Amino acid sequence: MIWETVIGLETHAQLSTVSKIFSGSSTAFGAAPNTQASAIDIALPGVLPVLNRGAVERAIRFGLAVGATINRRSVFARKNYFYPDLPKGYQISQYEIPIVQGGSLTIASGSGEKRVRLTRAHLEEDAGKSLHEGLPADLADVSGIDLNRAGTPLLEIVSEPDLRSSAEAVAYARKLHALVMWIGICDGNMQEGSFRCDANVSVRRPGEPLGTRCEIKNLNSFRFLQQAIDFEVRRQVELIEDGGKVVQETRLYDPGRDETRSMRSKEDAQDYRYFPDPDLPPLVIDEAWIDRVRAALPELPDAMRARLVARHGITDYDAAQLTASRELVDYYAATAAALPAQNAAAHKLAANWVLGEFRAARNRSDVAIADAPVKPAQLAGLLRRIADGTLSGTMAKEVFDALWARESAGDDAVDAIIARRGLRQVSDAGAIEALVDQVIAANPAIVAGFRAGKEKAFNALVGQVMKASKGKANPAQVNDILRRKMGSEL
Amino acid sequence: MKTIGELSQALRSRTVSSVELVQDALARVASAQARLNAFITVDADGALAAAREADAVRSRGEASALTGIPIAHKDVLMTAGMRTTCGSRMLGNFVAPFDAHVVARLREAGTVLVGKTNLDEFAMGSSTESSYFGPTRNPWNPACIPGGSSGGSAAAVAADLVPASTGTDTGGSIRQPAAMCGITGLKPTYGLCSRYGLVAFASSLDTPGVFARDALGCALLLDPMAGHDARDSTSLDRPREDRAAALRAPAPVRPLAGLRIGLPREYFGDGVDAAVLAAIDAALAKMRSLGATTVDIELPAVRHSVPVYYVIAPAEASSNLSRFDGVRYGHRAERYGDLADMYCRTRAEGFGAEVKRRILIGTYVLSHGYYDAYYLKAQQVRRLIAQDFARAFDRCDVIAGPTTPTAAFPIGAKADDPVQMYLNDIFTIAANLTGSPAMSIPCGFTAEGLPIGLQIQGRHFDEARILQVAHRFQQATDWHLRPPPGEGAADRKGRR
Amino acid sequence: MPLTFDDVQRLARLARIEIDAGATRDIQAKLDAIFSMIDELLSIDTTGIVPMAHAQDAMLPLREDAVTEVDQHALYQQNAPAVVDGLYLVPRVLD
Repeated sequence: MIWETVIGLETHAQLSTVSKIFSGSSTAFGAAPNTQASAIDIALPGVLPVLNRGAVERAIRFGLAVGATINRRSVFARKNYFYPDLPKGYQISQYEIPIVQGGSLTIASGSGEKRVRLTRAHLEEDAGKSLHEGLPADLADVSGIDLNRAGTPLLEIVSEPDLRSSAEAVAYARKLHALVMWIGICDGNMQEGSFRCDANVSVRRPGEPLGTRCEIKNLNSFRFLQQAIDFEVRRQVELIEDGGKVVQETRLYDPGRDETRSMRSKEDAQDYRYFPDPDLPPLVIDEAWIDRVRAALPELPDAMRARLVARHGITDYDAAQLTASRELVDYYAATAAALPAQNAAAHKLAANWVLGEFRAARNRSDVAIADAPVKPAQLAGLLRRIADGTLSGTMAKEVFDALWARESAGDDAVDAIIARRGLRQVSDAGAIEALVDQVIAANPAIVAGFRAGKEKAFNALVGQVMKASKGKANPAQVNDILRRKMGSEL
Repeated sequence: MKTIGELSQALRSRTVSSVELVQDALARVASAQARLNAFITVDADGALAAAREADAVRSRGEASALTGIPIAHKDVLMTAGMRTTCGSRMLGNFVAPFDAHVVARLREAGTVLVGKTNLDEFAMGSSTESSYFGPTRNPWNPACIPGGSSGGSAAAVAADLVPASTGTDTGGSIRQPAAMCGITGLKPTYGLCSRYGLVAFASSLDTPGVFARDALGCALLLDPMAGHDARDSTSLDRPREDRAAALRAPAPVRPLAGLRIGLPREYFGDGVDAAVLAAIDAALAKMRSLGATTVDIELPAVRHSVPVYYVIAPAEASSNLSRFDGVRYGHRAERYGDLADMYCRTRAEGFGAEVKRRILIGTYVLSHGYYDAYYLKAQQVRRLIAQDFARAFDRCDVIAGPTTPTAAFPIGAKADDPVQMYLNDIFTIAANLTGSPAMSIPCGFTAEGLPIGLQIQGRHFDEARILQVAHRFQQATDWHLRPPPGEGAADRKGRR
Repeated sequence: MPLTFDDVQRLARLARIEIDAGATRDIQAKLDAIFSMIDELLSIDTTGIVPMAHAQDAMLPLREDAVTEVDQHALYQQNAPAVVDGLYLVPRVLD
């Protein structure tokens, strides 16, 4: 029996404002409990919300980045339910008229690309946290409520049910994650919960209408997202094939057990009684503001990717890799800028080194790209020395490691290291010829073997010449000269 | 008894000090408490300290019109460091950590806070009977209600315990008790006075306002209270006005010449007590004699005001009162099992019957399947009512009529009949739905000697005009100066 | 629309207010009376009428993104029923 998986994601991105969406409290992570919970955040009687311009601006930025409609008039509504981490007993969100409507995101799917439609993105406030650990032992049956996170601005980004596999869901989530960081509206820190996904999962036989969906809440890593969906799909398929029915419900993924289970606590009374918040008149956004935000919007990843392929002549794969991260592609751009323009070979080499040695070294040492010991100017210097034949590949690798180890600093660090380590490659034909003559004279047996047709013998001779040059002889030249001489002596 | 204007003059001329006024007020509050129960909290020490400071300010020559004037605040307005209960067990021991905006503005203006007045629980009521701290009684007849929900503030001014007080008006909670207690009450335009620190009942209707003996007193308090507050997103930024000064300007020979008073047919129909109608007609005749003309107008949708109000107000209240859950402040049940049980018991114990009733009504009209039929429909009819008033104000400058269909009724008379209780507000609710300013001024008495109020409504932000109409009527009449039996006969303030 | 006993119980659960059977019947009777008054709205023709959610036709003012609050949790928690180490305590939350 063939089953089709249908997935839609609801992603909560914490917006990178310094203050909360409706109060002047700090949004900094990790403060002592309730020290960043103002009268408004803890919902004292008589307090009122005032909307943060920075949150609205970030929502507009996102809408423009995904080609969505920015509603000139949107409305805040109250979503009513009781929960200890929800101080007012309602969450201020947007319901009937969100700030951002439509738009799409293009993801890599299998061999090709796929356009995932967005339904909407709306502004809302985050809830606080319920803590069960770290409380005094005599308080086993209680939870502690920390409202520091309450009121942190969220952009809830809702996709259409366009995703057909956990792999597509992850590709979409990664693309979205990269985008919100790229346009600077979210720090993307998934450990701290800055970027969390809820997955709506259902299965159906191809061509049939949508099946009953289950919502898996709070998936805060791409791996969990994949595992949770895979489990949920198996569960639903088995359920149906055993003659059962999927019930619409909210489920939680347990990474320890690698399974999803029903969230009883959310089951009772899902009647949220949405209504327009009487404390907040409609949010009106004028053209001028939207134009200002559009003007300040950076070049977007897909556009930059296309430009790198067209202008820098690097492969689409490399361009995609580079544009997965603003910092990485900026590093590449800075390196390429220090190299001769319109030189496809140089740019290709730069891309290879940034995605190869540089990214590997950075992953090993886990430093921010901005703090990497090897600066773009230095990498460019290194690449120039490869291009002008000063360094062989192996030598270049040695110099790069030395730079990373901060053996020398400054823009001329590369040449300094080359000099100190005496890494200059010998390309003087006369000097190489002399070495070749020595080697031929000193190894009559091998020479004879070569003449007898042993091609291996030739490599042995090359090795001897390189050895004699302490590895500094230009390998290409050694080859040419040796072959010429042996040939001529035939 | 004296008006704020007179007290302000007496303080200026040093014939009395603020300390003396406050001592006198505290004494009267104490002696009246058993009979009227107008106050929930009295802060004698704080008041005397503030009075001494006010006298010091005056001796430094820095006094304003309100410096040293004792006032009281409705106990639904947050007062820093002072208990703020909303007349509810839920907040029985709640100490406010900050001042409401209007409280702060009146402090800065030099007023001296004597205490917090009684009210219907969370301002939900028309009789001040639903307070956890017991009913307030009407100074004109302690067997009767003072009106509500700001009954304590109205009774305190009527009995001359304080010369002025604040109230809040969501469906008539200032105008109706003002009428029933024979004093002047003003509900300003929605958005003129910040709601910050006003414990929300129905956010799109709640309006802070004032009680005083006369219109000038209301203007003197309103001027500092009004003004933009960035902490309230519905507070509007308006140019400052000196309404009190405008009232003090000399009146023309025919004080109300050129004024067009609209008389809504709907306000003079069945269900209005004959004595009330008679008093209103006499007041209107007086206004005509002062130069005003009256025009008959129609407000066809206004008859739906009560049902519209009893959908919208409870809907907003059901959400606004969700924060009272026993987690961060306020009452928490003694015994409970799990979390849901803690919520349910806490709220069952903390709220009184009327508050619970309105929370349930609001929960119902917002719940799945009923939102469109009730909540959305009520919002549409609210628009129809607003359109009626907009049309009417093309033909008149103010709209007048009775504030209430009847004078004060006996305590308990309607306690078990919510619908009859709700119908008290039939004439006052519309101004809250439309957001327009409205006043109630004394204009006569029933055969039983109970006060009758005339309501004057104006266009948005037309407070200056309705205050002037009231002021010039009061210059020509003395209804507002009549003391309740046994009150204010002797002039206590002529000590020197 | 008349409410059933179960309606009232459901509303009480939604509103987190404990109401016993006896009280439920009394409330049911009072709510029925109130809704028989409210139900006159149902017959009003409001086609094309824009709902009115606010008393003023105003736009939402915006705050600049700046931290303006200082830590006052000690003051605020003086009103709290149960606090330990700055945390508000509640019966264990299960999710």
